[in-house]
Amino acid sequence: MDAFAPLATFALYGLMLGILATAVVTVTVRNLFHAAIFLAFTLLGVAILYFFLHADFIAAIQILLYVGAIMTLVIFAIMLTSRMSDPSVPQSNRQRIPALVVTGIVGVFLILAILKTPWIVSGTLQTTNAVALGKALMGQFVLPFEVISLVLLVALIGAIVTARSDQ
Amino acid sequence: MVVRAVLIPLLPLVSFAAITFFGARLKSKSAWLAIGASVASCVLAFLEIASVVSGKTLHANFTWLAVNQIPIEFGVLIDPLSAMMLFVVTFVGSLIVIYSVGYMHGDPRYPKYFAYMSLFLFSMLGLVLSTTLVQIYLFWELVGLCSYFLIGFWFEKPAAAQAGRKAFIVNRIGDIGFFLGILLFFYTTGTLRFVDIQRELVHAHAGSAALGLAALLLFCGAVGKSAQFPLHVWLPDAMEGPTPVSALIHAATMVAAGIYLVARLFPLFHAFEYASQVVAVIGAVTAFGAAYFALTQWDIKRVLAYSTISQLGYMMAALGVGGMSAGAFHLMTHAFFKALLFLGAGSIIHGTGVQDMRQMGGLWKSMPTTFWTFAIATLAITGFFPLSGFWSKDEILLTAFEREHQGIFWILVLTAAMTSFYMFRLLFLTFFGHARGDTHAHESPAVMTIPLVILAIGSIGIGLVGSPWTGHWFQNFLEGAHGEPIHPSPFVIAMSVATCLAGLLIALLFYVGQPELPKRLAEKFWLFYSLSKNRLWLDELYNATWIRGFKSLALFSYKFDAQVIDSLVNQVGLKTIDTTRIYNWFDTYIVDGLVNFTGWFTRTLSGVLRLIQTGFVHNYLFILILGFLIILYTIH
Amino acid sequence: MIPIQHLLIFTSLLFLTGLYGAVTRRNMVGILISIEIMLNAVNINFIGFSRISDVSAEVAQVFVIFVIVLAAATAAVGLAIVLAIYRNQKTVYTDEVDLLKW
Repeated sequence: MDAFAPLATFALYGLMLGILATAVVTVTVRNLFHAAIFLAFTLLGVAILYFFLHADFIAAIQILLYVGAIMTLVIFAIMLTSRMSDPSVPQSNRQRIPALVVTGIVGVFLILAILKTPWIVSGTLQTTNAVALGKALMGQFVLPFEVISLVLLVALIGAIVTARSDQ
Repeated sequence: MVVRAVLIPLLPLVSFAAITFFGARLKSKSAWLAIGASVASCVLAFLEIASVVSGKTLHANFTWLAVNQIPIEFGVLIDPLSAMMLFVVTFVGSLIVIYSVGYMHGDPRYPKYFAYMSLFLFSMLGLVLSTTLVQIYLFWELVGLCSYFLIGFWFEKPAAAQAGRKAFIVNRIGDIGFFLGILLFFYTTGTLRFVDIQRELVHAHAGSAALGLAALLLFCGAVGKSAQFPLHVWLPDAMEGPTPVSALIHAATMVAAGIYLVARLFPLFHAFEYASQVVAVIGAVTAFGAAYFALTQWDIKRVLAYSTISQLGYMMAALGVGGMSAGAFHLMTHAFFKALLFLGAGSIIHGTGVQDMRQMGGLWKSMPTTFWTFAIATLAITGFFPLSGFWSKDEILLTAFEREHQGIFWILVLTAAMTSFYMFRLLFLTFFGHARGDTHAHESPAVMTIPLVILAIGSIGIGLVGSPWTGHWFQNFLEGAHGEPIHPSPFVIAMSVATCLAGLLIALLFYVGQPELPKRLAEKFWLFYSLSKNRLWLDELYNATWIRGFKSLALFSYKFDAQVIDSLVNQVGLKTIDTTRIYNWFDTYIVDGLVNFTGWFTRTLSGVLRLIQTGFVHNYLFILILGFLIILYTIH
Repeated sequence: MIPIQHLLIFTSLLFLTGLYGAVTRRNMVGILISIEIMLNAVNINFIGFSRISDVSAEVAQVFVIFVIVLAAATAAVGLAIVLAIYRNQKTVYTDEVDLLKW
């Protein structure tokens, strides 16, 4: 295991870089359909990152929910609304330069804050598994779990009502 | 059998509910519902009475609510006294409901009449079976309400509506006393149950003035309900209602509720000499006064109404002199012959269409059944041997004589003579002589005459249960072991027979022998005549004092309101207008100016600020990030 | 393994990328896509902290599950709104819709 450690670290940095790159492409590419595809890659990369962080169950959910469901939804919406993939239409507004400057300043602040903060790191790295997670969901967090189920149901009904044609 | 006992009042209630809801569809069939309910409860009542006669008293309670651990209870109590009342109410009531089928035939509100009748039977039976003062008060009000409904049944007639109101209001006056009496009684003794009102309990408080006052106040209720002087004025007017109603409510049952109440509370009155005295005196005065008024009335139902008041006074006087069983006995016999008299009068009114006796006469040929039953009832009420009235009236006279209430005794004897006179006057004017009206009288249908016959048999025979021939069975049944026996006195019996014969002979002389005599006498003794004719002007007196007093009080209040209060309000208003002028100036220049300045300032400022309100969501998002940046900068 | 700071810088950058996209995209669907990226950056932070902190890891992971579920709800409702606006306004571009202006 230890022999592979440098390799693993290297792979992790590569993965991060890849995620960032696909994310940048996602937000800048003119064709929205392509943006959706690149988003799928970004999400997949994040799922792999979860594996690296020993969050297997979350990784599985990430793939199922994001790459499966939400991506389908996004592409569905793109298909339903026309003019979307027409390259002649500008895909970004006139806030590009101010946005770049402001997000850059925010980034500088954030990175400074991260570097300045003395992070308290516990000795052993925490791990968990799906069984413990299930017990936590059904035990300690059962009330939020039920509430979130209700929220999801309401959102579902709301979405159907909103998207339904009026007639 | 508590369930059976509870069913007795509930059956008429069910009938009332059914007729109320389905009366429009049932139409004339609703009468059968009412008859079925009353006859069924009569049968149940007979079963209960049989068990009481065999010596078992039924007493069951359930707690309705508890105040300070003292329960207010509802329940059923069937002891000899209430068994007697049960018998009267269900038996006479059933006959009268059957009779009503004929009498009310063709009335536009036919189902409603039977609904009210059922409701009345329910209320009356509930009253009779009451175990506590609160329960009896509740049903007491209910029977009053039914009475109001039924007096004003033909409310198209202003007189009927007026009479209903009068009955209700006059009863109210008595009921206020009744209610205060209940409160005071409860306050003094801490109980409301009738079974607790025994000699022992009352004698423990014998010296208490509060309990004596409570007895008098409770008697107020009885005075109102049983139409005793001075609250008797409502009963003659109540004759505006249908005649079977007069028979059931205003002769046989409801007006007897006051007697029943005093009989129930008998130990209480027994313990307070002055309370008994008041009861006796009021009873005797009522008996005498009402008989005196009855002498000169021309309306057949009014004569009977005053007769009822007079007989109720008789019973009250009996209770007052200590003859509990005598009063109750007379109540039972009176229920029979007075119901019969009213139903007979109803039959006459039904057959001739008039109520004034001057337009009747010679009816014995055209209405034979009515005539014979009416004659039997007349003999019964005047006390001819051996009809029922003889036994019960003698019982009362004997009690008064033996307990040495000489004044009361002589008043009652005189009343008996007058009773005999006005009853035979009624009989002769109506059935004998030649027909004075132009109406073609006809006999009533069988549904009306059969109850008459049954009641006539009852009027003859019911007195025997209290006669020496059966060993005063009824008195022993009612008073139990501690009853004080009454010894027959030849003197009293002779007086009784003599008075009713005298009344008969005078009436015979006046109305058959020399029909001009009454007129001449009336002219000669005009004062006595008009006093009787106008009922001592009591109604007019009440009008002049109470009603006029209240009206002028109302007028005075109105004037006070209109002139003093209104002008005060107006003055305040004018002064307010003056002061508001200053406020107005201040408002216009200072307050408004300030407000306008604020508005102008806000608008100018917002003119600048609105430039960033583009309505585009991406601009807002950008501003949001800028805000986030400012927060980051400040916390850094 | 890598220091926590590196992971946090990475998620910050990912978040800012999403933010930039959300601000600059004209297309509403594009904005929704950018928001998904931002949510992912936050989720990675949770997981990262769950590894190093004393609190048991389930707590953070449950939180992430909730965020994912809420993201799904957001996406569903958001896309429904986009469809509704498209039907009524015949556009999905934010600079052509100023319903928010009073």
